[in-house]
Amino acid sequence: MGEKDYLKDISDIKDMMNRSSRFISLSGLSGILAGVYALIGAGYAYWLVTSSDRGYLILDGQIFRLILLDLILVAFFSIATAIFLTTKKARSHKVSVWDTSTKRLLVNFLVPFIAGSVYILIILNQQKYGQTGALMLIFYGLALVNASKYTIGNIKYLGYVEIALGLLGALWPGYGFWFWVLGFGVMHIIYGSIMLAQEKKR
Amino acid sequence: MGIIDNINKLFDHRIRLGIMSILMVNEDADFNRLKELLDVTDGNLASHIKALENEAYILVEKQFIGRKPNTSYSATKLGKAEFKKHINALEKLIKKK
Repeated sequence: MGEKDYLKDISDIKDMMNRSSRFISLSGLSGILAGVYALIGAGYAYWLVTSSDRGYLILDGQIFRLILLDLILVAFFSIATAIFLTTKKARSHKVSVWDTSTKRLLVNFLVPFIAGSVYILIILNQQKYGQTGALMLIFYGLALVNASKYTIGNIKYLGYVEIALGLLGALWPGYGFWFWVLGFGVMHIIYGSIMLAQEKKR
Repeated sequence: MGIIDNINKLFDHRIRLGIMSILMVNEDADFNRLKELLDVTDGNLASHIKALENEAYILVEKQFIGRKPNTSYSATKLGKAEFKKHINALEKLIKKK
């Protein structure tokens, strides 16, 4: 076995590792952007509430509907960015985005995520909204931890951090908003930056 | 000698190398997934899996998903350690020349 073969072995190994774990490269950039959208969304919500006459949030108002719309837009843009960047990357590596590992990842993420979302909508309808921010963090964290079985990378730790922040937020309901900002905004940016740094190193 | 000692003969084949690479970064993978990634025939893949299994480098787990039998493979601690040694040895050999 000559020198060329060793080189080829190494490049084969790298290639196979990358292709078989495609979704680890839910790129760092999409994490950072998701964090930025969350911060913009939170900033808008904060401005809405503080500049209103009441200064706090009630369920049946114009402002509440705007905040709900704000949330949906943040989620939509985060997901759209992640899909767009991942597809682009997959295409440049000539691999299919929609394969077994993607499917498993998605199913494992969506089950806790959807269960949580529906639960939050139900209790919102029962006028219990003090814990909304905390619940979003907890369910999102659980979804990440559950999905992390099908990726390498550090997404598991992001999940643990989100759960911990959610539980702390539940202890101090008055600060739920700030825990939300920390969890969905700041943590995504930190996580995304770490991922991006790792991608560059390779 | 020295470096050559760490070159593992068992990994000296494209398909076995591929199987180990996949199992290093995935907790487990089933037969069809390996087949799809490595682009090999059933018989070919099975014989290479057997070779790795015999050395206890990979773990084979048979289970049923509904009524369909499903076999999943994962790398053992020994397998991962040996594979890392192998990669290190390859890298050293390349640098030397």
